[in-house]
Parts: sequence; structure tokens; C-alpha cells
Amino acid sequence: MAEILPLSEAIAELVHDGDTVALEGFTHLIPHAAGHELVRQGRRELTLVRMTPDLVYDQLIGMGCARKLIFSWGGNPGVGSLRRFRDAVEHGWPAPLELEEHSHAGMAAAYAAGASNLPFGVLRGYAGTDLVGRTQSISSVTCPFTGEELAAVRAIRPDVGIVHAQRADEAGNVQLWGITGVQKEAVLASRRSLVTVEEVVPELEPRPGAIVLPTWVVTAVSAAPGGAHPSYAHDYYDRDNEFYVRWDAIAADRDRFQEWMKRHVLETADVAAYHASLRGETPVR
Amino acid sequence: MSQNGVYSADEMMAIEAARRLGDGTVCFVGIGLPSRAANLARRTHAPRCVLIYESGTIGAKPRVLPLSIGDGELAETSDTVVSVPEIFAYWLQAGRIDVGFLGAAQIDRFGNLNSTVIGDYATPKVRLPGAGGAPEIAASCRETYVMLRMTPRAFVERLDFRSSVGHGEGPGFRERLGFTGRGVTVVVTDLGVLEPDPETCELVLTRVHPGVTVEQATAACGWQLRAAAGVETSAPPTRDELAVLRSLKSAKEVAAG
Repeated sequence: MAEILPLSEAIAELVHDGDTVALEGFTHLIPHAAGHELVRQGRRELTLVRMTPDLVYDQLIGMGCARKLIFSWGGNPGVGSLRRFRDAVEHGWPAPLELEEHSHAGMAAAYAAGASNLPFGVLRGYAGTDLVGRTQSISSVTCPFTGEELAAVRAIRPDVGIVHAQRADEAGNVQLWGITGVQKEAVLASRRSLVTVEEVVPELEPRPGAIVLPTWVVTAVSAAPGGAHPSYAHDYYDRDNEFYVRWDAIAADRDRFQEWMKRHVLETADVAAYHASLRGETPVR
Repeated sequence: MSQNGVYSADEMMAIEAARRLGDGTVCFVGIGLPSRAANLARRTHAPRCVLIYESGTIGAKPRVLPLSIGDGELAETSDTVVSVPEIFAYWLQAGRIDVGFLGAAQIDRFGNLNSTVIGDYATPKVRLPGAGGAPEIAASCRETYVMLRMTPRAFVERLDFRSSVGHGEGPGFRERLGFTGRGVTVVVTDLGVLEPDPETCELVLTRVHPGVTVEQATAACGWQLRAAAGVETSAPPTRDELAVLRSLKSAKEVAAG
């Protein structure tokens, strides 16, 4: 049964230095509040897993929380580069970052394998690319029925899977809808899981097409209203497209990045204080 | 520039790509020019064009151009939303997509693409976002359209990293890898259009845009680009194409604030 915990307690309890941690959410429902809490608590030496390490991992990498990144596309969607990610890879700042690089299809298969308790995922993929041979967790397997050679990718089994969802009930059952990405697989593949939610409600209203993660597959649920910002929570708030554009300038400069993180993350206590600090900010461009 | 007034190179690219999409074509669309092209096609000659974004939105009919492949607008206007493992396995890998759009930092003469690094992998000069959906889009879509502005730095003799396969090292390469799709069938650039030679699979210049000479196009290519016999000139954008395209663009600006 999932425990309903304040976010700071959930992170303290579930995530330890050196853990392999997956924060998932494909553009939608990105668990930014949980990422910020990892920064506040000063986690170090993490292996970060995420198909699209966008702003949330740019922040964790730039703050020195990560040792290794397992990913398939690392950019600022619709804007350009991830400046902190690039600085870490190109210049080793603030620390060198080991990469384990995949394609989207490969990572999706690796998460599905992890969720299914299989040692590897199988797909038609990677063939002819330089990712083969570069990434140790990519190999091949021969189909025992047809003799066809297929790509094999080692299952992803994080220590902790963290996702954001629209809501949970007081028993810790989680409901999410809209673009659901690879969140279900990330939770089921992980040894421990944390779901941050927009709200905890007495009872979940059934919703066609929604995913429900039953309380007994979730370790902890934390209320974090606005916790996906600048990503969005379908039916709660829209994506802050303008923030993604602004982030490019903030993250382009080491000092400005650190100052921003200090002001809006390190010196704020929680997601509510983060939002208050953003409201008080004079627009920068 | 023409009787239709001034238009940008990006607009010409989006229009050229859109014209190639038939009604009912199922497209795997990325953000930027491909999204503009596919949405233009859907609002002009190809109203039943099916737009799939890799976030799992199938049959998206966005009213404004999305800034990301996972904007809420796409989920709200699509026929169905599926998970990321499903979109890649059941839809892309299974061979249900007609046209996949790709961009890149580098392309070589066989339409292989690099979106991973400039320079050495371990100590890159520029770390790019990475392959994302490209390897399997390039392998499994029935055809791939590449949209890329022509410069000698982008159109290179040798890729720094092969993120996705066009025609590999020439004829038979795709077949040996068991790929179901035909690979890159067209490269739409700001200067003209490149298509693979049916015999050698090497990209050749088949079309220049209005006002561009064959010499200008070949000079912008980092390998010895061959011009096809009888290079054609693209028709300039029509008033209608430009009007629809610009209405889409302004909608994006609204969305981006």
C-alpha cells in the first residue's frame, strides 16, 4: 500500500545517493517538483534514467546530482539545446557525465521489459547505427522460430521510479490521463516508486482512457500541486511554453543558472514556495 | 521574388514537403518544419492526412502548431492516445506509417543522418540531443523525408556519428538489415530537392527552388553533389499555400506567448 507522505519525506526515504532513478513523463506530467526536491536534499552520484532528459535533468545535471545518464533524446523541446547537459558532456562541468545512449524505441522496450520482469526487451531497432557497439546494453538475439536477428536491449530496473499524475485517492490509488508516455512502465519496472499528484481526493472518479496505478504497486504518493511546471497536467494547467524559451538563456550561463537554482529551488521550501518565487520574479529575457 | 511576394526559405521548404503528402498519408511528424508541412498539407490538399506524434497521439488535428511533440493540444484533438511503448511497437515497428519526417545536424550522400555529436563521441565538440525516434523511424516508415538547410557543414562527405540509416553504404544495405521501409526518398532543402538515384542510392539534385541555380545548390553541398539530368524548378508558393502556412505560424506564436 502506498504511503501518503510530504514530498520531502518521500524523497528522503526513497532516494539515496548512488541510486538509479527514473523521472518519467513524456512532455506531459514531468515530475519537476520531485526533481527540485532531489536538488534541495543534495543527492549525489545518481544514475538518471529518462527517455527525454529535458529541463528537469538539465537542472539535476547542472547542480551536480548525476554521475550517469541513460537516455534517448536530450534537448529542450521546440527550443534547442540543453545547456547544462551539454556543458557536462563537453566540458565536464560541474562533473563528468557518463552516457548510456539509446533510441526512443529501444528505451521504451527496455522499460516494458523491466515492467514485465524480463531480462531484456526485443525490437527491430538500432540496426546500422553507431549506437550499436557504443552502448553496452544494446545487443542482438536470434528468433528461435524464424531465425531472424533482432535487437536486444537490457531491461531498465531503476531503484526508484518517479512520475507525476493528476490525482490519487486517500488510499494511494493513482489516476493519470492525457499523454501517458512511459510512466506506467517506469513505475512497474522500479523497485520503489513515488508518484507526485496535483491533488489527493477522497475517491477517484472513473475516467475512460485513464491509467490507474493501484496503491499496492506504488511506494509513496505526495501531493505536489503545480508539481509538473513548466510541463503541464492535462485538465489542470497548460504547458508553460514561454518558460522553456526562457530556460535557454538561464541555462546558457553557469552563474546565471546557479543563481536561478538558488533563488527558486534551494531557497524555496517546497513546490508552493517555488511557484511563489516565480511569481515574484521580474521577467528576464 | 515572385508574383506572390516575398517568402522565406523555410516557407518554401514546408510547402515543398507538404505538396508531396497525398491525401490519407499516415505521417510520423516531428516539431518544427515537418509539423508545419504536415499541418499545411492537412489544411490544403490532403485533409485526411493522418498526423502521428511520437508522444502517442494518433490522428492529431492541432488548431495551433505545437511547440513540443507532447502538447495537450495534440492529445485533445487526436483520434486516440497510446503509450510510448505502444506507439513505437504496434504502430511504427509494425509498418503502419507511410512517411516519417527527420531532421539532423549532418547528412551524407546516402541519406544517413547524424543527430548525436559533432566531433568525437567521447570528447565531442558539440553534443547534440541524440537519436530519439530516428533510428526506427528511418528503418520502419515506408518512406522517410528529410528536411534540412543546405550547407557544407551539414551535407558532409563523412558523418561524425551515424544516428539513423538512410541507404547505408549503398544498394542492398537496407535489405541486409531487414528494414521494411524504403528509406530516405526525398531531402527537402532551402535550395532545392535531393532524391536517391534508383541505381546507386546516392542523393542527386533533382529540383531547385525558384531563383536558385544548380551551381548554388551544388556549392552548398560538402560532397560532389551530382545534378540529375534535367533538374526541375519547384513551383513558387501559391497565395493560398502561403496564407494557410502563415496562419499556422501565427498560431504557434500565440501558443508560445
